[in-house]
Parts: sequence; C-alpha cells; structure tokens
Amino acid sequence: MNEALLYNVVIPSVKAVVAVLVVATVAGILTLIERRVLARLQVRQGPNRVGWNGVLQWVADVVKLIFKEDVVPAGAEQGIHFLAPLLVMMPALTVYAFIPWGPETTWNVPGLGAIRTGLYGTDVNVGLLLLVAITSIGVYGIILGGWASNSKYALMGGLRSAAQLISYEVPMGFALVAAILMSKSLSLVGIVEAQRDAGLWFIFPGVVAFFLYFVSGVAETNRIPFDLPEAESELVAGFHTEYSGFRWAVFFLSEYANMITISAVATTLFFGGWLRPFPNVGWLSFLDLVPPLVWFLLKVSVFLFVYIWFRGTFPRYRFDQLMALGWKVLIPISIGNVLLVALAALWGLPGLKVLSAVLWVALVAGFLVVRKVETPRRTVLAAGVAR
Amino acid sequence: MSDERAGTAASVPDSGEPMLGLREMELNFGPQHPSTHGVLRLVLKVDGERIVSARPDIGYLHRGTEKLFETETYPMVIPHTDRMDYVAAATNNHAYCLAVEKLLGLEVPKKAQYIRVLLDELQRISSHLLWLATAAIDLGAITPFFYTFREREVILDLFEDYCGARLTLNCMRIGGLLEELPPGWVERVRAFTEVFDKNIDEYEDLLTENRIWKQRTIGIGILTGAQCIEWGVTGPPLRGAGVKWDIRRAIPYECYPELDFEIPVYPNADTYDRYLVRVAELRQSRRIVLQCCDWLLKNPEGEIRGKTPRVIKPVAGDVYAAVEAPKGELGFYLVSNGSNKPYRLRVRPPSFINLQALPEMAKGHLVADLVAIIGTIDIVLGEVDR
Repeated sequence: MNEALLYNVVIPSVKAVVAVLVVATVAGILTLIERRVLARLQVRQGPNRVGWNGVLQWVADVVKLIFKEDVVPAGAEQGIHFLAPLLVMMPALTVYAFIPWGPETTWNVPGLGAIRTGLYGTDVNVGLLLLVAITSIGVYGIILGGWASNSKYALMGGLRSAAQLISYEVPMGFALVAAILMSKSLSLVGIVEAQRDAGLWFIFPGVVAFFLYFVSGVAETNRIPFDLPEAESELVAGFHTEYSGFRWAVFFLSEYANMITISAVATTLFFGGWLRPFPNVGWLSFLDLVPPLVWFLLKVSVFLFVYIWFRGTFPRYRFDQLMALGWKVLIPISIGNVLLVALAALWGLPGLKVLSAVLWVALVAGFLVVRKVETPRRTVLAAGVAR
Repeated sequence: MSDERAGTAASVPDSGEPMLGLREMELNFGPQHPSTHGVLRLVLKVDGERIVSARPDIGYLHRGTEKLFETETYPMVIPHTDRMDYVAAATNNHAYCLAVEKLLGLEVPKKAQYIRVLLDELQRISSHLLWLATAAIDLGAITPFFYTFREREVILDLFEDYCGARLTLNCMRIGGLLEELPPGWVERVRAFTEVFDKNIDEYEDLLTENRIWKQRTIGIGILTGAQCIEWGVTGPPLRGAGVKWDIRRAIPYECYPELDFEIPVYPNADTYDRYLVRVAELRQSRRIVLQCCDWLLKNPEGEIRGKTPRVIKPVAGDVYAAVEAPKGELGFYLVSNGSNKPYRLRVRPPSFINLQALPEMAKGHLVADLVAIIGTIDIVLGEVDR
C-alpha cells in the first residue's frame, strides 16, 4: 500500500474510530464501576443482576435510554436544545486525538509489514493549548442547554456552570503552565518524554500544580463537591433537567468521558504518562514487563477511583463558597506556584530536584503540624458547650 | 381567585413585598422537588440566587384528620394519630393517650410506662436518623444516608417484632399498651443499643468536622432563642438556640423523672448547632433506652394496662397534654362533652409551627441554603397538613 496513504489516511482513521469507540464504551463501563464502588463505600450491593454480577448493567441502561421518549419542553429553543448535547459530547471525544496512551511502538500487521506509530492519534506540538481550547467549548453546551430548555432550574444550572467553569479554567491554566515550564514542551508526548529524560515524575516538583489541576478538574467535570450546575437537591437536575432519553445520556456520557480526560491529562503531566515508576533507576527495570499502556491505565484508574471516593465522602459546596475558593485561594496559589516553578526551571534539573525536596518536606511538616494543632473533636455530651 | 389562577404562583397570598422588579425572578420550589421532603411548596422570589422572599404553600397532604377524630370513638382515634408524623408514630400515640388518660384520671402501670418510654426513645432515634440522612443528602453528602438507614432498619425490625408494623405502629392503648413484650425482645434492643454509639461515631466522622459541612451549616438559617419563643418553635431548633426546654424535663410525664439523661443545648442558633443537638440527642436517647432495658430486665412481671373502662366516656371537660416528640412539642388539646367520641381534638404539631419560621430564616440566603434550612427544621408534611 502507498506509504503516504497508509500513514496519513488509513492509520489515523482507524485510530479515530478505535478511540471514539473505546472512550464511549469505557465511559459507559465507568458508570457501572462508579455505582459498584460507591455501593461498597455505602454498605450496599450496587447493581448485580444484569449479566454476571451486573457487568452488563450499563448496556441495559444505554439501551433503555435510547428507546426512551425524547421529550422537548414546550417553548424550548428546538435547534439549540438539540445542539447542546452535541456541543458537550464532541469536545469530550475530540481531545482523545492527542492524549497519549503509550509511546511510539512498532506493530507487525500481516500484509502491511512493520508499522511504526504511537498509541495516540497525533502528536500536536501545541497539544496542551489545544486541549484547553477544546475542553472549554463544552461549557457552551451546558450554558446553551440550560438556557434553551425554557426552565428556571435549568437556566440557573447553566448560569452556575458558566461562572464555575470560567473561574476554574484560570487555576487549571496556571497549573498547566507549571507543567509546561518544567518540561519546556507543549506537546503531551513531549511532556512525558521530558519526565523520562529527567528521570523524575513532575508530581515531585509539581505537587502544588497537580493539586490545583485535579481540584480544578473536579470542578470542570461538575463532580461532587463541585457539582453545583446539576445539584440535585437544589436545582432538581440543573442544566439537564429538561433532557430525557438519549440526549440526557449524551450529557451523562460526556461527563464520564471528561472525567477520563482529566485523569489522563493529570497522569500525563504529573505521573509520567505511560512510564513506569522511577523510569531511570536500573534495578527497577523488571517493572518494564508491564506494558506502558497498562501503566497508563493503572494510573488513570487511580484518579477515577479518587473521583468516586470524593463522591462518597464530600457534601456539596455552596455557589459563593465555590467562587471564593476559586478566586481567593486557588488562583493566588497557582500564580505563586508558577513563579516558584519558573525560578526552579530556570536553574534546570537541579533546580527541580531542590524544589521537590523543599515542597515535600514543607508538605509533610505542614501536615504534621495541622494534625498536632487540630485535634479531632467530637460532639460533647454535656450541655451548652460553646464552639 | 379565578379558576385559571388556582395552583399557579398567583394563588399563594403575597407577603406584601414590592412587585417583581427587573432583577427578580419568581421560582416555584416544589411541591414536586427532590428536597422539599414531601409536598411542601415554596414560591420564591430570587434575585439571582439570593432569596428575597419565600412563601410556603401547604395543604397538599391535608386529610381532615382533626375533623375525622370527632367521628371516631376514643380508642379508634389512635391509628389516625400514626399518620400525622408518620416517621414518629410512637410519640403521636403517646401524646394522644396521655391526653385521654389525663381526662380520665387513669394511672398507667410502671412497666407500661417504661415500655412506652423505650418505644418513644427508639422512635426518636429512628426519626433523627431519618433527619440526618435527608439533611446530609440535601447538602450533597450521600453516604450518611446509607449508614443511618442501616441502623434505622434494625429499629424498624424491632418495632415490627413488637407490634407488627414498621411505621404506623398503633402500639399504645388508653391506659397502657396492647401487647406484652415478645420474649427476648428487650435483650435484642439492648444488644443494638450497646453498639449504636460506635455507629454515631461513624456519622460524626463523615460530617462533624468536615470543612465543607461546617461551611454549609455554620451561620445558616439563624433563629435566635427569643425568636424561637416568639414563633412557638420547639424541639431541636429551640435547644440549638441555647434555650434549655424539653417537655421530658420541663413538664415530666411517665417515668422520665426516674431516668438519667441530659438535655443537649448549643448556643449559636444555626444549622450546625441544630445538627449537633440532634446528634447529641441520639446519644442521650441511647442512654435512656439502655436504662429502660435494664429496668425491664430487672422487673419482668407487671401489668401493661391500667384499669381502663370498657367504654371510654370521659366526663365533659377539656385537657391539654404534650410530649417531647422528635421534632418538638407535640400536644393534644382534647374537649369532651361526655360522649364516647371527642367533641374536639386539636393537635399542636411541632412541624407546622416550626415551619412558620422558614420565611424568616431563609430571607437573604441563597437557594442552596434554603435546602439546608428546610432540612434543618425537620418537617414531616403529614403532620404539617394533617
């Protein structure tokens, strides 16, 4: 086969189809995993009837949702109401074009010979920038969906999400800047390779940036404790109150696809992507027996578990508290962090190592101090105890 | 009011605030809303998310219970009382029986008193557990719901073993109780109560020192002690506002004077303090249940029903009797004209009276706080509407 045709058309097409199918399927399965894990946290069983131990529950759910009646409320903006779920879904899937799942590998395909290609759609040299740009489009879907529904609850959900997502975009962007400064690259593949060359996962010098990124990421995906746009007990279902059937399912699956995106990007930027732990330590090379893709998926799974764990633990923030956290806490910290990382990065690799040491010592010390100062206090039986 | 306006926002009497300006939006909150705990409907005027006014609209569950009482003989009223605060049927039965006994001048045997108190306190625990579950879920914490329901299930099973019903217990009779305790029941109550303290610790681990929980509840829905007294608010909202008032101690009934327990009071009058009061009450109720179990194990013999006449026909007169229900002071005002049916039986429902303070508490807060405030009042619409 023509080399150019193969590498420019066939392989990208195959990758695109595979990525969309895999992500959509994994997002579906993730809903099941979430329900089972959450059930374990909450002393109950979770769905365990469809298929072996309930493994087909998500298929049954999707089938049900496809066949459900699609209700469009009277007075809704028909066109925009239809467009909104697509506006959320498309960016959620598009970002998988350049999220690297593994390094460049040689594949022996019968009939085509050895094909050398990466486990990623394409390596864009401004990957991170593109990522931020594309994920931001999803906000429009939520705002427009809330507005077009002709419902006050949906409108309030849409407005909340507009304010929330725009505010948390800022600390998230600064967290990404820290990663860029450490790796001196905007390409996601380049960032992983920089971590391999440095022999240092960027979680060590970038622990603050990672924290900021993940917290903002939870906010961006509208998950507890930041699930205000769809806060059930306040806004019924928020922006998707008036959505049913498959349109609702599209919103739902996008949320899970976005969770996977955030987890994958956090893994890529701060936990070495597909690299094994301590990529330059020789005697740990037996860890290479585990393929890079598996390392990547393992790390992503950990983050997804944390998402579910959050949901089982935290109450929901209030709207103004959420904004205060974003603007008064996260943004100043993120700016300070960028300055710190920039200074260290200017010095080079030794600078990053010094920064790691300082940050982690400070973190552990701070944690111990807080533990010491703030003893957990239970409700006292005696009456009239002041707080 | 014309017919086409019935059921719309315009059908709810206006509280006299200025007309809707450009900045304000009218929002129908309920009666079908996930966190109005039944069929409460609020018409909100909101400025963005800030509440300018909240007008409650009740009556969706009105069944004419008080009128129904007048058509039933005295013993036939008891099952209807179950259906007022349907998550705390034992205290409803108890308050009604107390009123009739007071009018008849009936003495309830000691053993029956202890069993009644035991049932009341188990009921208080189950009611507070339900409150904790729903209040936490209103603020987005879903896990406490399942923890509390695990224990509530045990209590409901115990009720089922005693009287056959889990919610509408219908367990008390004028002058005492219907049934003797089943064998081994007290031991099972005791076994549950002994481990229950650890379970309360689990709920507290999730909430008490949780920063988000504290941020969401401290300073929210303040109703000061003086305001509580003005509005007639009783129960945990009153004790969460620093007023030490509990019918069990203030106007003692049954065997409460013989029992050793404290009345938790917290001073700050906000949602967090009301939460602390209820959690502390869980622990106090547990203490009372333990003492009742011990007494019953020591005194297994005894009557469970006093000298109740076969036909209950109190002399003409009126009487008021109240108990400390989980939600506050539950009273029955009974007027008799000497027949075998109450001439008038007026209920003083704590939920209804506490709910009146809602517009005051909600003013100026955000919609998200309104949910917390509805939760913290702990209403049951069956009791509000009757």
